[in-house]
Amino acid sequence: MYAKDYHDLGTPAAKGESVTLEIDGATVTVPAGTSIMRAAALADRDIPKLCATDTLKHFGSCRVCLVEIEGRKGFPASCTTEVAAGMKVRTQSEALEKTRRGVLELYVSEHPVGSCPDSSRCELETLAKQHGIGESRFAGPKTSRHVHTHKPVDHSNPYFRFDNDLCIVCSRCVRACEETQGTYALTIEGRGLESRVAASQDETFLDSECVSCGACVEACPTGALMEKSILTAGLPQKAVATTCAYCGVGCSLVAEVTDGTVSRMVPNRNGRANQGHACVKGRFAYGYATHQDRVTRPLIRKSIADEWTEVSWEEAIRYAASEFKRIQARYGRDSIGGITSSRCTNEETFLVQKLVRAAFGTNNVDTCARVCHSPTGYGLKHTLGESAGTQEFVSVQQADVIMVIGASPTEAHPVFASQMKRRLRQGARLIVVDPRAIPLVKSAHVEADYHLRLLPGTNVAIINALAHVVVTEGLTKEDYIAERCERDSYEKWKKFVADPINSPEAMEKVTGVPAADIRGAARLYAKGPNGAIYYGLGVTEHSQGSTMVMGIANLAMATGNLGREGVGVSPLRGQNNVQGSCDMGSFPHEFSGYRHVSDDSVRAQFEAMWKVQLSGEQGLRIPNMFEAALDGSFRGMYIQGEDLAQSDPNTSHVTAALSALECLVIQDIFHNETAKFAHVFLPGSSFLEKDGTFTNAERRISRVRKVMEPLCGYADWEVTMLLSNALGYPMHYRHPSEIMDEIAALTPTFAGVTYDKIDELGSIQWPCNDKAPAGTPTMHVGQFVRGKGKFYVTAYVPTSERTSSKYPLLLTTGRILSQYNVGAQTRRTANLAWHSEDRLEMHPHDAEARGIEHGDWVGVTSRAGDTVLRVEITEKVAPGVVYTTFHFPESGANLITTENSDWATNCPEYKVTAVQVVKVAQPASWQRRRQAALPASPRRRPQESPVS
Amino acid sequence: MDIERLVAMANDIAAFFDAEPDKAVAAEGVRFHLSRFWEPRMRRAIIEHVGKGGEGLTPTARAAVEKLGPVP
Repeated sequence: MYAKDYHDLGTPAAKGESVTLEIDGATVTVPAGTSIMRAAALADRDIPKLCATDTLKHFGSCRVCLVEIEGRKGFPASCTTEVAAGMKVRTQSEALEKTRRGVLELYVSEHPVGSCPDSSRCELETLAKQHGIGESRFAGPKTSRHVHTHKPVDHSNPYFRFDNDLCIVCSRCVRACEETQGTYALTIEGRGLESRVAASQDETFLDSECVSCGACVEACPTGALMEKSILTAGLPQKAVATTCAYCGVGCSLVAEVTDGTVSRMVPNRNGRANQGHACVKGRFAYGYATHQDRVTRPLIRKSIADEWTEVSWEEAIRYAASEFKRIQARYGRDSIGGITSSRCTNEETFLVQKLVRAAFGTNNVDTCARVCHSPTGYGLKHTLGESAGTQEFVSVQQADVIMVIGASPTEAHPVFASQMKRRLRQGARLIVVDPRAIPLVKSAHVEADYHLRLLPGTNVAIINALAHVVVTEGLTKEDYIAERCERDSYEKWKKFVADPINSPEAMEKVTGVPAADIRGAARLYAKGPNGAIYYGLGVTEHSQGSTMVMGIANLAMATGNLGREGVGVSPLRGQNNVQGSCDMGSFPHEFSGYRHVSDDSVRAQFEAMWKVQLSGEQGLRIPNMFEAALDGSFRGMYIQGEDLAQSDPNTSHVTAALSALECLVIQDIFHNETAKFAHVFLPGSSFLEKDGTFTNAERRISRVRKVMEPLCGYADWEVTMLLSNALGYPMHYRHPSEIMDEIAALTPTFAGVTYDKIDELGSIQWPCNDKAPAGTPTMHVGQFVRGKGKFYVTAYVPTSERTSSKYPLLLTTGRILSQYNVGAQTRRTANLAWHSEDRLEMHPHDAEARGIEHGDWVGVTSRAGDTVLRVEITEKVAPGVVYTTFHFPESGANLITTENSDWATNCPEYKVTAVQVVKVAQPASWQRRRQAALPASPRRRPQESPVS
Repeated sequence: MDIERLVAMANDIAAFFDAEPDKAVAAEGVRFHLSRFWEPRMRRAIIEHVGKGGEGLTPTARAAVEKLGPVP
């Protein structure tokens, strides 16, 4: 069912030369290849339709959209008939009306008027009413398809239900599953009167291959597939366009609101990032925003051994400010710091780093991007000149060869994965570089040409081997390099990778990947002609994460695969605003726009605007803060929207550091793991409760719009202001747009960004300034941002985290489709129906050697710690490798990851941990206690201040 | 700061720059990195460690630390 107020043009846009025709006497000019249906809709002469919708290819089955064309016999279907120059079309006539009425009556015989829960938005019932059809002459048991196909309503999916009795078998859901989502979970079973929609092998939706993306629900013209939320909450009263707060795809969504709360979330068909699509998280898993676990009153306590006490906002802020002042007075200015969140808006992130730099007077600010994509910033800045991906998502439609490294788009970035799979079905070739057989390796109508199944920790060895083939087989683009890259750096790199030590044959022993596969993949990528690289945390979260990013950029430059559509180096950002939080100056060494704090001229601009002297020395990174906390030189922290105790590696080390703090202030929507070590809890606001912007993985700045009032009374940016004011550094923004104006004034890449312009254009990809007033979809066109591209020598240095007789297996980690990061949001939704616990994937050979069977509890031990997980035996992982997700705190995945980190950025090496796995009888005692205590909520006492 | 951790971090940085055949250039790469990314108390600690003999540091890392300027 459509989003509220959407004008569906019936068929997709075409891109041909202009063609002029006449429709109902009006002159219409559209691109060649446009359907008559679309041309008429563009001219506000909408033609009735049922099986057509503009997100799907024409189908031509419903026979409602018939028209008359001068000089042609019969009544052609307007959805399948393309426009032609000089064509004269009539969309209304007595004959057409008679034919349409007859067809509609047949449909109404299957789906009586008034049978839909939401008749006003049922396309069939709307058409029937428009054509004056009440009851059908054809209704009756002999002709009823539903008599032949009757099935109980399928309520299995937690978010939508399928009512076969309301289905008109138009195939829009089936086609949406194929064309939009690319899963092919739905089909039409049977023939004639027995035809009906079925999921997989006639299973329930929940048990089928359906990934619950909602594309079928969106496409359904009747109420056959319908959101349960609409059925219970009632029809929406208003619609607000906003941006998803889950992964870095940054889907544009429309929140429909009933009685002040969201009753339905639908993809915005005008959204440039998602192009009218969404996933099970963004479309359905928004219920956490009103979950009973939300903390809506400020809490304080003097010691982490004490119980929490609810206090007023004034008291909480006053206490936090006084504690930070006390600590600084005693231990020095640099004894406190703050963490910004990639889940919060650009404006909120900018304010937190401003608070730290200007009000705290230190550069001890960092962001959760530290633990995911900080190597991307370092690697791309050094090689290309900008800390960001080079493309927009739609660029993938021009790619000939797609290389996916250390990412699983169908699980972690599903909406972009659907776009990628569409291109792969059109014939683009695919190379997957991953230790695990991710779903993209082989799925419906998609199969990788090469799966380079490397051992965890050997990325750089692979990228060097690929480059070796390119260089030694003459596959480099020498003209491109000569024009656009630093000659000296290229020659040095070329000599390095050409060395036989980097050959596929030499590296086969290191990576475990057959040399022939590496050679084949290198040739395929280099010859493209358009080769595009997409990568994820499987690249960055390594001791050589930054080296690998540079190696990827080297390979792309050497093959001329940068600076145009269809190519590029694109990091797939984990969280919704990773790009934005980095852009906004969240790193301790950089102001917004990635300019070093030691640059006097840049610092002077900030000092002039902020009216305060700023430090020119870089501050502590998150892991450095932990070390400093343990040595006593760091005593206070303000953390907005980040759960360090669950998300950072080596949990025992992290919690020891957090326990050493004298004042930890947490701002979050839930009582998270880190809050156990906090002294002040400031309630946060979800993305539905505030205005602002997010910046996605393609540098696209999109508006977040307030859908409902903050449950705690304040948006996050307002809370930061309260804290700053209490510290004596005044902040008086009236709206986040004023914060964006300040960002634009201080950040060259954002110079042209305003809320008005975002509203006008829909979204903007930075850089947006005088040179690019409408933004920059593709970067490095003509020349690299740094001037000449720079090659870096990227020697493979094995990680110190190696297998041994004590820890003979390598653990690597990742995500699953239905859950998100540490699960704070998705664990509080019905997404638990698909994934209610983290499991350890293990190869059958390793399991058999240990006497482990599917579903057993297993103890997983590393040099950092141990935990217990249930095992899943699968060949998705290779022998010697085990894998788990980290969505549930009771899994303790980070109890076993180590403090090893990227050499350049200290991004943790989550992807490589040497472990041993043994069969055990049950979870550890702490896990059992935790599971018994779910759902977690803070212990509270009413109104008694522990600190007065 | 845990000096063993800082030594390991400095050595990791040096391992990247050690791909450079000219050892002076490699050391300068490490020095520049430390001066741009390490917070003053970390630089002070590693300089102090080298002053005490620099146990555990690789030659490139040690050469880089020796060239670090005074820390405020």
